[in-house]
Amino acid sequence: MFKVIRDLFRYDGRFRLAAFFLTAVTVMIILSYVSPYDPDKSFVVAMDMPPSPEHIFGTDSRGQDVFWWMTFAMRNSFFMGVITAAVSRVIAILMGLSAGYRGGWLDRFLMSVTDTFVVLPLLPILILLGFLLRDIMNQFLLGFILALFGWPYDARLIRSQVLTLRERAFTRTAVYSGTGPFWITIREHLPFVMPIVLATTINNILWAIGFEVTLSILGLSDLTRPSIGTALYWANQHGALVAGVWWWIAAPTLAAIVLALGLYLLLTSVNDYIDPRTRLRLIGG
Amino acid sequence: MALLSVNSLCAYYQTELYGISRTVRAVDGVTFELYPNEIYGLAGESSCGKTTLIKVISGNVKPPLKVISGSVDYQFGSYAVDMLHVPKEDLRRNVRWKEISYVMQGSMSVLNPVRKVIKTFEDIVETHDQITNRREFLEQVTAHINRLGLPTEVLSSYPHQLSGGMKQRVAIALATLFQPSLIIADEPTTALDVVVQRGVLQMIKDIQGASNNTVLLVTHDMAVHANVADRVMIMYAGRIAEEAPTETIFNAPLHPYTQHLIGSLPMIGERSNKAALKGTPPNLANPPSGCRFHPRCPYAMEVCQTTVPDLVLVKQRHRVACHLIKEASA
Amino acid sequence: MSANGKLLDVQHVTVEFHIGGLMGGSLLVAVNDISFSMESDRPAIFTLAGESGSGKTTLSRLLLHDLDPTRGKVLFEGRDLATIRKRNDLKEFMKKVQPVFQNPFETFSPLRRVDAYLFDTALNFGVASDRQDAARVVDGALRNVGLSLDEVSKRYPHELSGGQIQRVSVARSLISRPKLILADEPVSMVDASLRMEIVNLFRKLRDEQKVSIIYITHDLATAYYVSDRIAIMLRGYIVELGPVEDVLNRPAHPYTQLLKESVPEPLPADRESWAKHIELGTTEVKEYGREGCKFAARCPYVMDICRKADPPDVLVNQQTVKCYLYT
Repeated sequence: MFKVIRDLFRYDGRFRLAAFFLTAVTVMIILSYVSPYDPDKSFVVAMDMPPSPEHIFGTDSRGQDVFWWMTFAMRNSFFMGVITAAVSRVIAILMGLSAGYRGGWLDRFLMSVTDTFVVLPLLPILILLGFLLRDIMNQFLLGFILALFGWPYDARLIRSQVLTLRERAFTRTAVYSGTGPFWITIREHLPFVMPIVLATTINNILWAIGFEVTLSILGLSDLTRPSIGTALYWANQHGALVAGVWWWIAAPTLAAIVLALGLYLLLTSVNDYIDPRTRLRLIGG
Repeated sequence: MALLSVNSLCAYYQTELYGISRTVRAVDGVTFELYPNEIYGLAGESSCGKTTLIKVISGNVKPPLKVISGSVDYQFGSYAVDMLHVPKEDLRRNVRWKEISYVMQGSMSVLNPVRKVIKTFEDIVETHDQITNRREFLEQVTAHINRLGLPTEVLSSYPHQLSGGMKQRVAIALATLFQPSLIIADEPTTALDVVVQRGVLQMIKDIQGASNNTVLLVTHDMAVHANVADRVMIMYAGRIAEEAPTETIFNAPLHPYTQHLIGSLPMIGERSNKAALKGTPPNLANPPSGCRFHPRCPYAMEVCQTTVPDLVLVKQRHRVACHLIKEASA
Repeated sequence: MSANGKLLDVQHVTVEFHIGGLMGGSLLVAVNDISFSMESDRPAIFTLAGESGSGKTTLSRLLLHDLDPTRGKVLFEGRDLATIRKRNDLKEFMKKVQPVFQNPFETFSPLRRVDAYLFDTALNFGVASDRQDAARVVDGALRNVGLSLDEVSKRYPHELSGGQIQRVSVARSLISRPKLILADEPVSMVDASLRMEIVNLFRKLRDEQKVSIIYITHDLATAYYVSDRIAIMLRGYIVELGPVEDVLNRPAHPYTQLLKESVPEPLPADRESWAKHIELGTTEVKEYGREGCKFAARCPYVMDICRKADPPDVLVNQQTVKCYLYT
């Protein structure tokens, strides 16, 4: 494991950049636990102060230090993204693997369900749900709801991969070695599926955060908890741009960019490394 | 007057990935000549370097493949081409398909799967000339393929509608459109049934006989060489082991590897025990020292481990690279 | 339990596929009324020889219980394969009938170590009780094929040569102590210098381990070298069946004669017959749909009756031949 990270760090520029960005994100998340300011309170510091040595990202119109507030925002957004990715991966893998390997009626049934979810118009539904569940909405619930919609494309991807793998000779070898279908899927097919899973995981985190930002800006998520989206919502509410409080918009935007780029670069560099074909080239195949 | 002169050619694959660099010495000091009006067989197994050799002599060198040293010179009548330094445009316009053409295994690289066969003919012709009169062109192409024994319907078919043998014969028709001086056939019949293989090889022989050009036939199947080639060259681990007229190779091979290849050919009518060659094919990224065959050679001596044997001329047109032979003539 | 001492009894088996689309919803008869058998007490190597489209691949899948016949029965040790439905019965069957595949580099997953499959086989079929015991069993199987666990342990497929992988593949198939091995073109993708290793190994398995082998190939030369009996297949039929020396030295069926003549051989005498010009049919696809003998379009001795109905099986010398020439 460490050798992998060390190799990547040494030879892949993208990974180094990703490491830099994600370290910044991690630092921010950790700092949120030692924040001197409580994000729920207002007017704890002077309002609308531009960035200075004392307040690195300045302060906002609610009397909050933007930097420390963003540490909480980063934490909540990131964890919400992770919840979405985790839950939707599980669903996607289960659906994709079973449909791909079993085939037949199960495949047709599962794919009908998948296709139904694919064609659902997500934004209007989420807006509706956001509105209906406003009272109990928080990041966790939002993450979970997004997970319920974030799996269909990836399930199909995984299924296609399994369909190809099923036809390959080594699947037959495993069958004649007495291995049951479940273990064949796990031991033979999953290693080929993992690069897809990894790629889609990171993609999913970004997608979830994007949706969260969208919904929050529209005022449809839990506005009392800090997140990248709610930061922008409140900034908008207080007319930050008009009032010249640009740092209130810049900070969450910058946070979003750093998080997105960091995850993306991590994705591409690790993906290249664990792709079976690169791995084969690496070990001399 | 040699058609092709290859001198001390060295071509390696150099890859560097995540800090691991590997050099695969696929062709390591190959010298040979091709003459007009002959079928020259190139034999060898997987990882002997023959595919790399073909790539270099047909001007298909792309990274990670790199020519380290040596020369590849053609003489097409009065037109001389230095393959390692010829400009790409010249290669495309004047050399490919006109002087050198190819027949590959499975004909996959030639026939466009989504277009009718006649379109592929047009495409190839149009890279060299403009087709001014379509009807005349169609007549010429039809005559050409009929001469080769193919029915006219082939032209209006898609590749997937043709059987493997038919596709290969179409590929041969394409390769002979411009009457090239050299046809490189790389495992042309490997995936084909034995009866179809016979037909395809006979077609190649007929074409060579009619136009007196040169065919470089690359295959690992020694029996095919026995029935088709005039001279045969055996490659092992990136180097030439032996080169001789076909009769000599099969009746009096000198190199132990060749002897084993010939001796282990199963034949109908013979069930006596044939021994297998011990060991495994060499790893070209880390080849054995000295003579690369020495770990598997039943006659290996000490000198074989340390010194690379030279390719020496032992009889007329018969060259061998083996310390045993040097010993004898010393 | 085995009926009549037969290890394998294939009785008038036919496999039909429905093809929609391209051929307008027609019937492809891949295997047509095939019958042959193998004895339990005399392990033998039986070759199914044929070109592409002959039905040998479909037949091998049938014998591995990968698909069911449309008509006819396959009996293994007296039991009709079609009755094997439950997982346990299937496992018992798989213990006794094992495959060896054509492409050594596809037989094992490039991402798994090759010995993993051997351990799987040993543990799944109850041949070993735990990993340590399995290591012993695996090593034994590997030694049978001229390798050892040390050589192969922790290696990935790309680290071994084609010949070595095929030997590992054979070793894997031996672990459950099968009675029958189905080898589908096991040497066609292996280098010539390594081919004899595998082929000699089959002879050894028959003689020392008493394993019967069905050897599927289009290469008549290795078939002659290694097998006891041979069946020549054409378009789903067996056109000639008998001891390999008789069938290949004195072929009775015109198709067998053509096949034999087309095999390129290095001996001077044979080179002349190979050079005789042949006409390659354009009717390769059309041959399938034809009534009567499938070879009629290319046969030098064709008669009117050949095009009308399937020829009967006739005993000629030591072999069974499906041809009107001998009726």
